[in-house]
Amino acid sequence: MTTADASSFPTPPRVDAGPAYVSRTTLAPSPPPYSVVGPVAWMREHLFTGPVNIALTIIIGLLLAWIIPPFLRFAIFDAVWSGANRDVCIYTPERTAVGACWAFIWDRAAYFTYGSYPVAERWRVNVFFALLAIGVVWLLNLKAPRRDLGGVYFFVVLPILSYILLVGAPWLGLRNVETNLWGGILVTIVCSAVGIVVSLPLGILLALGRRSTMPAAKLISVIFIEFVRGVPLITVLFMASVMLPLFVPDYLQPDKLLRALVGIALFAAAYMAEVVRAGLQALPRGQYEGAMAMGLSYWQMMTLVVLPQALKITIPNIVNTYIGLFKDTTLVVIVGIFDFLKTIEAARIDPTWGAPTVSATGYLYAAIFYFICCYLMSSYARGVEARLARADKR
Amino acid sequence: MKTNILVSAAFGAVAALVAGSASAGTLDNVKQKGFLQCGSNTGLAGFGQPDAQGNWTGLDVDFCRAIAAAVFNDASKVKFVPLSAKDRFTALQSGEVDVLVRNTTWTISRDTSLGLNFTGVNYYDGQGFMVRKSLKVASALELNGASVCVQQGTTTELNLADYFRANKIQLKSVTFASSDETLKAYEAGRCDAFTTDASGLYAERLRLAQPDEHLVLPEIISKEPLGPAVRHGDDQWFDIVKWVGYAQLTAEELGVDQKNVDAMLKSDNPDIKRLLGTEGKFGEALGLPNDWAYRVIKLVGNYGESFERTVGQGSPLKIKRGLNALWNKGGLQYAPPIR
Repeated sequence: MTTADASSFPTPPRVDAGPAYVSRTTLAPSPPPYSVVGPVAWMREHLFTGPVNIALTIIIGLLLAWIIPPFLRFAIFDAVWSGANRDVCIYTPERTAVGACWAFIWDRAAYFTYGSYPVAERWRVNVFFALLAIGVVWLLNLKAPRRDLGGVYFFVVLPILSYILLVGAPWLGLRNVETNLWGGILVTIVCSAVGIVVSLPLGILLALGRRSTMPAAKLISVIFIEFVRGVPLITVLFMASVMLPLFVPDYLQPDKLLRALVGIALFAAAYMAEVVRAGLQALPRGQYEGAMAMGLSYWQMMTLVVLPQALKITIPNIVNTYIGLFKDTTLVVIVGIFDFLKTIEAARIDPTWGAPTVSATGYLYAAIFYFICCYLMSSYARGVEARLARADKR
Repeated sequence: MKTNILVSAAFGAVAALVAGSASAGTLDNVKQKGFLQCGSNTGLAGFGQPDAQGNWTGLDVDFCRAIAAAVFNDASKVKFVPLSAKDRFTALQSGEVDVLVRNTTWTISRDTSLGLNFTGVNYYDGQGFMVRKSLKVASALELNGASVCVQQGTTTELNLADYFRANKIQLKSVTFASSDETLKAYEAGRCDAFTTDASGLYAERLRLAQPDEHLVLPEIISKEPLGPAVRHGDDQWFDIVKWVGYAQLTAEELGVDQKNVDAMLKSDNPDIKRLLGTEGKFGEALGLPNDWAYRVIKLVGNYGESFERTVGQGSPLKIKRGLNALWNKGGLQYAPPIR
């Protein structure tokens, strides 16, 4: 009920007039006192409640005042927005303050996105990005129609389409583009998408294997998880790309990017297995026993009772692993694959753009990109968590 | 000792495989694949770096293109495999690349123990110094008592200490973890001089706020001959890579360049005739058509053109020829005669 309803509430007709000091109508409710609404009250409530809080507020305020103006000056006010080479971003007698050299980012934006992918074929990468965006929205948006089809599209149709688009299919008139030409955001997205999509199912299987009573499944899972977790990702990538060619003949050598993708996917799966196992262990035994008492088979018990609850508990950790994985993909640079960060590294040393602020601008651009991606992931996860938590609050 | 036998058998098999892949004719392999696989830098100003379209450019890159031009008559038939300093030699040994042109210093240990051969020197580099002009120093020997910014854990740091000990000069070296940090510290005035390989000094100088206030000193205190390398055991391929380099040098010496090479086909000069294949059958001896050098010059250019375009006056680096001038112009670049 709102205040509008209160004033329009029908006043019962009075039979006797009553004393003169009694109001004949219902009074309109008065607004809440000034001290509990509005920005001042909010600040008093949240920023200045006690001596510690007041001190913290002042310190943080000063820190922000110290950091933000120079940052804005660098990133916006003194920034150079257009130009063709280093001449626009160097100090001259007329230009004594040079901020971010966005002209450099603009000039190399295509390189940061596609790497060395042939210019005439870049529309294929754009189509891939669009298809991926459609898949992500379809799968993750709860209001989207036919989400079952969305799952099929994302896990079956999309990988096949992407492979045809990106690698090429001469029988369709799409010429082959070797993966050594791929680079930039394309590689970062491909690596993380493959890692994310493969690691969850594989991780669940490994986690179930590790808790299984079958000795073979258990042993294999434990060895795999402990072995992969025991070595750094760099080592896995290095083994895959440097040692492998020494041991297998030329014609058996898989593609360099594929080797890295397999390495990343297996590595992420091992971590995912431990995350899922934590969720499995958090469930009370009664859930397993109840399911078994219902006469459910092992897979029915897992898919209908255990996993839905276990995965729900672990969502924050799963997303945490995903975010870590997304950023870890930068390590593919160690085997000479040009991911997004490496393209910035490679472009910033170009003497055509040799100017004082070019490196800093490149890194700022990378920071913005990674922040946006990770923030989107974590805010979606927060949304899912909130939705699932509603069930617990009932 | 069963495991020992197994292990040695495994190693034997690996060695056989490696040897097997190396002894097959690289030229035939390359021709069959239809492109040359060239181990390149992951990004080094002037030597190998991607441009705005993602095409590789640079002095080392030009050398790869020159080999492709000689073999295929098409300088674009190169697949660049960017290699880090760590995995470059393994990539060559395992046959992942046919030739390694990645600013690799030619040393005896690399030449003898890594199973590879250096075919020559396409850039004579060495460690140099950069100082502020306001310091009024004209030679590194005047740096007595100076502090020098240097990157940690590199041979650069070692060379620096050796040089000053040998010349009985006192110095204070200030070390930093990354090259960026080192440059920033130098710019902030934490040291009087900055040292790294001379080719790198020119690129770093451009990143300073006032490049014109800094000067690269003439002394080169270490020998860093950078050159292409091929696998042991394939002399034909070794000869091809070596002579592609020499052909570019010879062309510069004879004044044959990309623009006039067609006109030069009619030249009466016997040296030019032998170079361009209008006389003699030197290409056949290499396993290539006789116009192999013509293709190189037509499609890529002679050594001087390549140098000026990538690191010299035609590039923002503006490195002087110095040691890389021809032997008859005061440098060290000398090609054996084609005859």
